[in-house]
Amino acid sequence: MSNKLTPKERLAIERVHMPELPADERSRNFEEVNLGLSGDQAMDEAKRCLQCKHRPCVAGCPVGVSIPEFLDALASDDLPRSVQILRGDNALPAVCGRVCPQETQCEALCVRGMKGESVGIGYLERYVADWAMNHPDRLLVDQRAPKTGKSVAVVGCGPAGLTAAGELAQKGHAVTIFEALHDTGGVLRYGIPEFRLPKDIIDREVAHLIDLGVSIECNVIIGKTLTIDELREDFDAVFVANGAGLPTMLGIPGENLKGVYAANEFLTRVNLMEAGRKEDAATPIIKRSEVAVIGGGNTAMDCVRTARRLGAKRAMIVYRRSEAEMPARVEEIKHAKEEGVEFVMLTAPLEILASEDGWVRALKCQKMELGPADASGRRRPQPIEGSEFELSAGVVINAVGTNANPLLTATAPDLELNKWGNIVAKENGETSIPGVFAGGDIVRGGATVILAMGDGKKAAAAIDEYLKTK
Amino acid sequence: MFEVLSNEVLAENLHKMVVSAPRIAKARKAGQFVIVRLAQGEERIPLTIGDADAAAGTITLFIQAIGASTRRIVQTQPGGFIRDVAGPLGKETHITNWGRVACIGGGVGTAVLFPLVKALHEAGNQITTIIGGRSERYIILENELTPLSEEFLVTTEDGSRGFKGFVTGPLSELLADPEKAPKAVFAVGPVPMMKAVANLTREKGIETIVSLNPIMIDGTGMCGGCRVQIGNETKFACVDGPEFDAHLVDFDGLSDRLTSYRKEEATCLAAECKLGREEA
Ligand SMILES: Cc1cc2nc3c(=O)[nH]c(=O)nc-3n(C[C@H](O)[C@H](O)[C@H](O)COP(=O)(O)OP(=O)(O)OC[C@H]3O[C@@H](n4cnc5c(N)ncnc54)[C@H](O)[C@@H]3O)c2cc1C
Ligand SMILES: Cc1cc2nc3c(=O)[nH]c(=O)nc-3n(C[C@H](O)[C@H](O)[C@H](O)COP(=O)(O)OP(=O)(O)OC[C@H]3O[C@@H](n4cnc5c(N)ncnc54)[C@H](O)[C@@H]3O)c2cc1C
Ligand code: SF4
Ligand code: SF4
Ligand code: FES
Repeated sequence: MSNKLTPKERLAIERVHMPELPADERSRNFEEVNLGLSGDQAMDEAKRCLQCKHRPCVAGCPVGVSIPEFLDALASDDLPRSVQILRGDNALPAVCGRVCPQETQCEALCVRGMKGESVGIGYLERYVADWAMNHPDRLLVDQRAPKTGKSVAVVGCGPAGLTAAGELAQKGHAVTIFEALHDTGGVLRYGIPEFRLPKDIIDREVAHLIDLGVSIECNVIIGKTLTIDELREDFDAVFVANGAGLPTMLGIPGENLKGVYAANEFLTRVNLMEAGRKEDAATPIIKRSEVAVIGGGNTAMDCVRTARRLGAKRAMIVYRRSEAEMPARVEEIKHAKEEGVEFVMLTAPLEILASEDGWVRALKCQKMELGPADASGRRRPQPIEGSEFELSAGVVINAVGTNANPLLTATAPDLELNKWGNIVAKENGETSIPGVFAGGDIVRGGATVILAMGDGKKAAAAIDEYLKTK
Repeated sequence: MFEVLSNEVLAENLHKMVVSAPRIAKARKAGQFVIVRLAQGEERIPLTIGDADAAAGTITLFIQAIGASTRRIVQTQPGGFIRDVAGPLGKETHITNWGRVACIGGGVGTAVLFPLVKALHEAGNQITTIIGGRSERYIILENELTPLSEEFLVTTEDGSRGFKGFVTGPLSELLADPEKAPKAVFAVGPVPMMKAVANLTREKGIETIVSLNPIMIDGTGMCGGCRVQIGNETKFACVDGPEFDAHLVDFDGLSDRLTSYRKEEATCLAAECKLGREEA
């Protein structure tokens, strides 16, 4: 089959709808919400792409995926080639297809979005990546670079570390990833829930890296088990991608009551430790029928939807601004609403109130209104006098954000940090220590999976150059 | 995978386990701990590194089997494996030669205290060690601690060994004796014990260090679950501690948070007991 259609024929095709689990069913389990496109649906959607010569969509993708090319191969029913193109640009396409905020990246710049709906680039990326996982025997095998005899240590097994490791292994370097936790994936595993990103996807992406010859050592905390200096002695270069895992506290009274979680703890218990998800999980989790989640990003959405799945009758998002300002992916907000999540907007928490025995009883809040835009361009919320009220809740989850974790950097005094404790790195990942590169959330603060991957990719190229000089 | 090299029963439910963990053995300092997960599906729990032998590549853990996870861990026989051991975590104890110090342990806290006593002894301190327990059966590590201590005292609540009552009894006497009064006090044990010790030494203005035991998951500062209130600040015990200035600790807040999972722990333990009976 070929992809020879006139623009008119292409324009006539309507955007595909992603098949989903019904909301009432999925809000009680952890199954993936999006079911994935069928082969025919994917092919039709790919044909909607106008194959623009100036490729505007590509500029919207932080790693520059060759979008029209992989879509053309898909529309021409040449999946092996589509996979080859996609994987050449993006080491974790099955992940990105699921979690990238496409509406602000690739799809935002798609010309078809000007007068209608953009091409479903994320859905198609997911389709091609999933097909690849299920058809290992049909994939085109890329020539492997000969071994260089050089070695690289990667700190952290999140998207930045995984991407850099894959790129470096493909260039023939011996790569070892050191991970503090007992399992791989970073936020992909402990943060993002199974109903958005099944753990099996991470396992398979990691298995692919191991096939490439990457070795992964879990339970090694750089800065504690081994220092950066020790890594510099044992390896020719180091890539630091230890993420931004340090919860920002709310700083309001009642934060240490029983039943108050930082988002990372709540999500780690459920995602990494399987609390509430597996019948026989040894790690417990507090379940209550009323749960209030403070924040408006992806993390808040993940917490509130998880709370719903753990049985909450009222699962609420409490956010200072209005829905338009919420940084979460549009699809997550839509899914959360369908699942019965309540949105308490323009509301700021003042205090967490306790029952007599020290458990959370309610969240004391204040209504807000939007004032003029602040430095970030978003309208700044201002409190409304006398609008305090109580929101009954048995569990309160703080999902307002994370800071740079100082565990590693505290033991590397030569590593230059900015005033927030993030590592200072150039565009190509170079830090103040020769041979030590950094990328992902530890450099950017909380960002996105694809930006972290982009950093991993750029740093891998810079490390490859650096190793040639050694 | 971390091989268990030996597993000795020191007292009822108290095990001494030597585990092969070369990198941790090399890096570890007194006061630090590891996070242990026995197998897939198990909890991650913090355990103090009781001792280490860098040359042999081993660490020693003293484990009090009090709940479901610790009970399963101590069942691992020599030649068996613990799936995950991560560390060394936490800050090392600030060790100097104070001259006279008192080291106070209660219950499993005694295991956490042991490496401190050893390091303080090596730094040349004269140590009065006071160990408390409910009854004689709960007095642990006596053989290990006696040679390191100038004076070794025992208290039991039922009077079955040593002084009858709590560790604060002999401690008050010690503080009142100008000849023997310590310059610093280290206390590790149940929260009420540490709180009582802190109250005694606060009046005298004696520097007092406690090792806190909040619930932990990652042990690296990522989850925020181990937060404790120290003065006006929220600290993460796994990275900022586990040792803190006793006079600044909010002990009531800590002991309240420790009851967060009491219901779940009871269920877990009940299931475990049933299992045990079926096997027997
Ligand atoms: C709940 C949640 C939902 C999110 N949803 C989305 C989304 O939908 N789309 C999106 O694009 N982005 C999302 N993000 C953001 C995205 O996940 C992060 O930007 C991304 O994971 C950063 O990647 P990283 O590789 O820099 O770090 P991380 O993913 O944080 O990985 C860092 C790894 O390093 C390990 N580590 C830390 N310290 C050490 C040490 N000292 N030694 C060894 N290892 C160490 C950590 O354990 C971790 O495994 C979300 C984030 C969260 C928390
Ligand atoms: C820094 C630190 C060092 C420690 N060192 C030792 C040691 O050397 N030897 C030793 O025997 N014990 C030590 N502990 C305590 C040990 O971690 C707990 O006894 C263990 O986690 C209990 O698990 P369980 O499932 O067997 O019991 P559970 O039935 O789960 O709990 C029994 C008690 O332990 C507390 N607890 C439960 N889970 C945790 C957790 N993840 N972290 C901390 N406390 C918890 C509970 O609040 C309860 O009071 C230490 C704790 C900390 C924080
Ligand atoms: S990686 Fe993300 S931004 Fe890039 S094309 Fe894929 S979905 Fe779009
Ligand atoms: S902008 Fe849209 S239509 Fe044009 S090439 Fe990219 S995906 Fe296709
Ligand atoms: S145990 Fe998670 S922050 Fe300390």
